[in-house]
Amino acid sequence: MKVLMKGNEAIGEAAIRAGCDAYFGYPITPQTEVLEYMSRRMPKLGRAFVQAESELGAINMVYGAACTGTRVMTTTSSPGYSLMQEAVSYIALSFVPCVIVNIMRGGPGLGNIQPAQGDYFQMTKGGGHGDYHLLVLAPATVQEMVDLIVEAFDLADKYRQPVTVIADGLIGQIMEPVAFPELKAPQRPERPWALTGAKGREKNIITSLYLGAERLEQENIRLQATIRQIEENEVRYTEYMMEGAELVVVAYGTAGRIVQTAVKQAREEGIAVGLFRPISMFPFPYARLKEIASTAQQILVVELSAGQMIEDVRLASCDQLPISFFGKMGGVVPLPDDVLAEIKKLVK
Amino acid sequence: MTQEAELVFSRPESLSDVVTHYCPGCIHGIVHRLIAEVMDELGIRERTIGIAPVGCSVLAYNYFECDFAEAAHGRAPAMATGMKRVEPDLTIFTYQGDGDLASIGTNEVIHAAARGENITTIFINNAVYGMTGGQMAPTTLPGMVTTSSPYGRDVKTQGYPVRVCELLSQLDGAAYIVRRTAYKPAEVRKLRRAIKTAFQVQMAGLGFSLVEVVSNCPTNWGMTPKESLKFVEERMVDYYPLGDFRVKDEVKDLR
Ligand SMILES: Cc1ncc(C[n+]2csc(CCOP(=O)(O)OP(=O)(O)O)c2C)c(N)n1
Ligand code: SF4
Repeated sequence: MKVLMKGNEAIGEAAIRAGCDAYFGYPITPQTEVLEYMSRRMPKLGRAFVQAESELGAINMVYGAACTGTRVMTTTSSPGYSLMQEAVSYIALSFVPCVIVNIMRGGPGLGNIQPAQGDYFQMTKGGGHGDYHLLVLAPATVQEMVDLIVEAFDLADKYRQPVTVIADGLIGQIMEPVAFPELKAPQRPERPWALTGAKGREKNIITSLYLGAERLEQENIRLQATIRQIEENEVRYTEYMMEGAELVVVAYGTAGRIVQTAVKQAREEGIAVGLFRPISMFPFPYARLKEIASTAQQILVVELSAGQMIEDVRLASCDQLPISFFGKMGGVVPLPDDVLAEIKKLVK
Repeated sequence: MTQEAELVFSRPESLSDVVTHYCPGCIHGIVHRLIAEVMDELGIRERTIGIAPVGCSVLAYNYFECDFAEAAHGRAPAMATGMKRVEPDLTIFTYQGDGDLASIGTNEVIHAAARGENITTIFINNAVYGMTGGQMAPTTLPGMVTTSSPYGRDVKTQGYPVRVCELLSQLDGAAYIVRRTAYKPAEVRKLRRAIKTAFQVQMAGLGFSLVEVVSNCPTNWGMTPKESLKFVEERMVDYYPLGDFRVKDEVKDLR
């Protein structure tokens, strides 16, 4: 059964269905409805909800709850995610699972609350200090958001790493029909590493401190091995009208949605254009895009930023073909017609 | 010797059998032992999670025989909140220095107390940043020389010390806020009782509990251990009066 639901509320419900046992957050537009939704639902289900004193508080509560091996989530928006970076780096090297959602807004600075994709570098290239990458999933519809949130919890458990989901205020605020999976009770499968009280076993320690250089190197090697596994197993993307496409437009999330409409119109006008939409922003679908680059004639990258993902597109295609960029900053959202005009300019 | 000798002093089960890295004469070691004794006495070693701070006691997790996490600088009370909310039956305590708790982590401890989180904080106030080499802390006494107040803390430009117990005692979520010290055996005994009460407050679900320990740092104070204890007695306790700053009525019923 499908229900009509706002993106942000669907995030909350999806997490609950996935067995999320604890939510910690701090109000920031355009994701505050997740916090409000969780404040209504979690206590009724006997699960933990705390409105934290700040995003620092929220992410460190997530860290604490995650140490016990339970399913836990926080949601925030760009400035809030910046504030969380220290703890996210700790969590990555501590090998504890959690889900973090960033409903991006216009930046830098306080920016505004309009849809933007300016956090791509921060999300996909680490964000905090030290060598790490987090899995980053980017839905383009509310249904895809729900599906990816549910999956994010499984992936976090699988790799014992934070898994992030990114979108923007457009997907957060839009209402669409969605189907949810069955409600799962919070699960705590056997987690020998978790802090649960040292009953009948040696004590467990969760730390990101390793004073000896060799010891810290070992932990880094372990983390990098996990990241390599993620790169191998978790690449996700979708293709739209790619048959015989001479021009391939690469866009994700909200931009991907806009481009899809433009591509459809362009095809109706006989233009050989297709959409390649990465869903896992890390790991980026380099291999598939490399294949595409070997047959297409040119690539257009569309982002709601000054051009960040384009660096990965260039890496994937090794600059073998012309790559152009169309982007809007500051929360300006282009219309499908703007993208169509851009497509027409390129295929002329 | 035919009679069996009676064992009157041994290592608490909750204290790991390892050499600590603390400087000779440092009160950190005494407080560790007291916490371990209390954990033994209350029988909670297997149901406790400790959280170590960033500071000299960053390696505290190596010294206790219970589960432990290492927090980011100042964030232990938030981490403890996350743990306690999902594991309400476990006893969660944070162990924090004055830089950790009263400077970078002031926000976290105030709000944990205000929410009445059922956690226990052991707060070591030694008036300096020990680990980073003796810089001025929020708790450094007026006029006190540190590596970043080389002319003595000038309150005109470097502000006044923060009295944590007095601050936190204003919050209704706080159930047990007391200040103790450990410069002589009688004070150590009082400290031990306070630590036990703080854990009992948590176990009874009464709210936030914090024991401040007016402590020393012979290394960074440039004193012998004995001199440092005298400084604690004469100067520190003068600025940081010992006593009970907030004790909810239900706590009195515990005893
Ligand atoms: C975010 C961050 N800032 C600064 C530091 C450096 N640092 C490590 S310990 C410390 C001070 C600790 O002092 P205190 O809490 O008083 O504990 P003590 O060492 O005196 O026991 C600082 C500033 C850090 N590790 N992390
Ligand atoms: S530096 Fe000071 S606080 Fe740290 S262990 Fe040594 S004496 Fe104790």
